Amino acid sequence: MARNEWPLYEVFIRPKNGLSHKHVGSLHAADARMAVENARDVYTRRGEGVSLWVVPSAAITASEPGEKESFFDPADDKIYRHPTFYTIPEDVKNI
Amino acid sequence: MYTQGLDAKPADNTIPFNRTDPELERRFQERVDAEEKIEPRDWMPDGYRRTLVRQISQHAHSEIVGMLPEGNWITRAPTLRRKIALLAKVQDEGGHGLYLYSAAETLGVSRDELVEQLLSGKAKYSSIFNYPTLTWADIGTIGWLVDGAAIMNQVPLCRCSYGPYARAMIRICREESFHQRQGYEIVMTLAQGTPEQKRMAQDSLDRWWWPALMMFGPSDDASAHSAQNMRWKIKRFSNDELRQKFVDATVPQAEYLGLTIPDPDLRFNAETGHYEFGTIDWSEFERVLKGDGPCNRERLEARNKAWDDGAWVREAALAHARKRESRAAAQNQAGARGRA
Repeated sequence: MARNEWPLYEVFIRPKNGLSHKHVGSLHAADARMAVENARDVYTRRGEGVSLWVVPSAAITASEPGEKESFFDPADDKIYRHPTFYTIPEDVKNI
Repeated sequence: MYTQGLDAKPADNTIPFNRTDPELERRFQERVDAEEKIEPRDWMPDGYRRTLVRQISQHAHSEIVGMLPEGNWITRAPTLRRKIALLAKVQDEGGHGLYLYSAAETLGVSRDELVEQLLSGKAKYSSIFNYPTLTWADIGTIGWLVDGAAIMNQVPLCRCSYGPYARAMIRICREESFHQRQGYEIVMTLAQGTPEQKRMAQDSLDRWWWPALMMFGPSDDASAHSAQNMRWKIKRFSNDELRQKFVDATVPQAEYLGLTIPDPDLRFNAETGHYEFGTIDWSEFERVLKGDGPCNRERLEARNKAWDDGAWVREAALAHARKRESRAAAQNQAGARGRA
């Protein structure tokens, strides 16, 4: 039965212009056009968005949660990437 | 609309996954204790995954089956205003089912498997939807009591430790309060109407009150998995705690309408600040859950018929999509040859 299941799409909504599209959930559809129409009916019944993206779930490549630490580690010890790393006298304004 | 405390049932073993690993389990529990959310591809104990699949899919099935008793009155709604509101509500329930199926699928179970479990009668759904909607007043009472009970139960689920379930619940809760208010308004209109209309509202409350209390599931001492689910932060309050909150919130609403709760033992305890209520007939609950409620067979037949009647649409849509895809691929190839 699963062989004939409609493919899964991930749904992204832009709540209003000026904001990014945000993942809201997923749905099954026969093709991308149907996915867009179904996403409208399922995820935007109350003015939740002004723009919709659908992406085949199979097309997403994700980082490995199990490797989260080693993967994001390199950024953790680079405190010099943050503004507070630098000491500026209080008398100096607007910086 | 609603997930029921059905966790006294033995876990199904259809989803094999990780072996037990005490160290991973310890770290998992630490994250849960720290109120960190668990996301789909994170490590999780088998039991956690199984419990969630069972609970989320039961919840999804309940939303879908819940469309049937209300759908029964769409064509007979007394006014156009009532009709569009009921249509919108039933459409919401369908949407809620879809959010929840999606959340369940993130745990590694397919939509078709979930649908199959419902259609074969293997999966459970909330017992409340096996009761018939005999009069228009029942549409009001369902919104008021059934959606009211659902909200009581679902608000804490917005803080469930599993991210996709919690996010689905936030969307659902945002939409539920319209359901409860439209229901209460219907009952209020009847309760303030002619004596006959008031009788209809009272009769409806008489029939739905006890089944609504059963929606919270078995009492705490009979609910086997409750403690574990609390530890995993799937559940935040026990079945009995939620039931008590519901009674405390609902009794004054009934009083406002001038309707009588059908429970001679109901009384307010000024010391505790809570309403005490009579004993629930758990044999009825068990009977309905096992399939012998007034409408179990009808509900499953209706779902099976909808699935079977829709088969050609699903197949045709897929065949059409595949044909367009291969046509587009052929055109691309021809284009590439043309350029070469």
